[in-house]
Amino acid sequence: MNEYREITFSINGRPRTLYIDIRKSLLEVLREDLGLTGAKQGCGVGECGACSVLVDEVLVDSCIYLAVWADKKHIRTIEGEARSGILSKVQQAYVDEGAVQCGFCTPGFVMATTSFTKECAGKKLTEDEIRKAHAGNLCRCTGYENIVKAIEKSMGPDKE
Amino acid sequence: MFDIKKHIKANSVDHAIALLQENPDARLIAGGTDVLIKLRDGKSGFSELVDIHGLEELKVIRRDKKNNILIGSGATFMDIIQSDIIKNHLPMLCEAASSVGGPQVRNVATIGGNVCNGVTSADSASSLFALNAILEIRGKGLTRQTPVSKFYLGPGKVDLKKGEILTAFKITPENYQGYFGNFYKYAMRDAMDIATIGCAVSLKTKNHILTDFRIAFGVAGPVPLRCPKTENAVMNQKVSENLLDEISQTIETDVSPRTSWRASREFRMNLIKELSKRATKEALTRAGEEV
Repeated sequence: MNEYREITFSINGRPRTLYIDIRKSLLEVLREDLGLTGAKQGCGVGECGACSVLVDEVLVDSCIYLAVWADKKHIRTIEGEARSGILSKVQQAYVDEGAVQCGFCTPGFVMATTSFTKECAGKKLTEDEIRKAHAGNLCRCTGYENIVKAIEKSMGPDKE
Repeated sequence: MFDIKKHIKANSVDHAIALLQENPDARLIAGGTDVLIKLRDGKSGFSELVDIHGLEELKVIRRDKKNNILIGSGATFMDIIQSDIIKNHLPMLCEAASSVGGPQVRNVATIGGNVCNGVTSADSASSLFALNAILEIRGKGLTRQTPVSKFYLGPGKVDLKKGEILTAFKITPENYQGYFGNFYKYAMRDAMDIATIGCAVSLKTKNHILTDFRIAFGVAGPVPLRCPKTENAVMNQKVSENLLDEISQTIETDVSPRTSWRASREFRMNLIKELSKRATKEALTRAGEEV
């Protein structure tokens, strides 16, 4: 017995109404129904953060988040971060600092940093605090040094 | 895709209780950070779900007229960390909430789920034990209260009957006013890890005398536990370095850690002895004592 349900939500600012299988995770709906393949499935159990997206501006692992929970919510994924071809400040910082290697973890990391920089705007934070705030995201390539630099840059003053 | 056969969204606690009555095989899902992983693993018993995810009624953290602190079972760890009431009155619980998983998990996982899971490693449990938390449970036509120490029946087993919902944790003023506490989690990593040992201490002093002392552990036995022998042995003693040594010696008689793939019994016992000292020392320092 397959059960389907209608959900209405906004994805990167665009309203959508979908008729979805109740068994699906938000990640599956994003990737399979909407073709938004930026968020990745890594571990599938909420440890690696490759599937991180923002739900009503709150960072969640979309692989362990039921798609039906997205009803009436605002979802932000990596696909919506660049505007008119211009990267977001966080994305640009990741590029500038060489914080991207294979790229699998990057969409999740960028969303984590996007949420983090908003929460911590104006605060001076230690490297340890930055690392702890990104503990839910794993990168197996870079060794994190450049990612930490990118996060620090994301928190710095805007370029004119 | 999760192997869910039936999913019903509850609009209120009363609705959820009614749904549990109508669907005797259904389980509750709140944050989902445990239930969805069990489903993904193919564990049985979770294919019918009554969904209380994000139910506002269960997320409230407040202080009532009698100064009881009430924490809704659906409060996420992030709700707890950000609550001024918790920060000001139960900082130990704030420390415990901050030690859970990573940001993504803390944003959705609930304190009620953490406890209803019945696992000994629940990060919030030892603090709730040290605070003598009372659990408010609602079922069809009934509301009952039970102390957290009686709620754990065995590994993965809690005193929640079919059709009942844990709605809130109550901390009465005589269990937090004038108390100073500390939560210390020892794990192999600083984040995203299950506690090897978790230790919560809550104490009161007067004229450098320990007038109340409570110490609770997670992973020191099949369920979270308090240490009554140690607590009684050191009550009304003068604060000193010797007192810390006495605590770490007596504590062995209160606990029964076991060997698992994470750590051996011997290592856990060593941690219990050391953490009992460290957590007590920190709580004493916060109480303004010098040790």
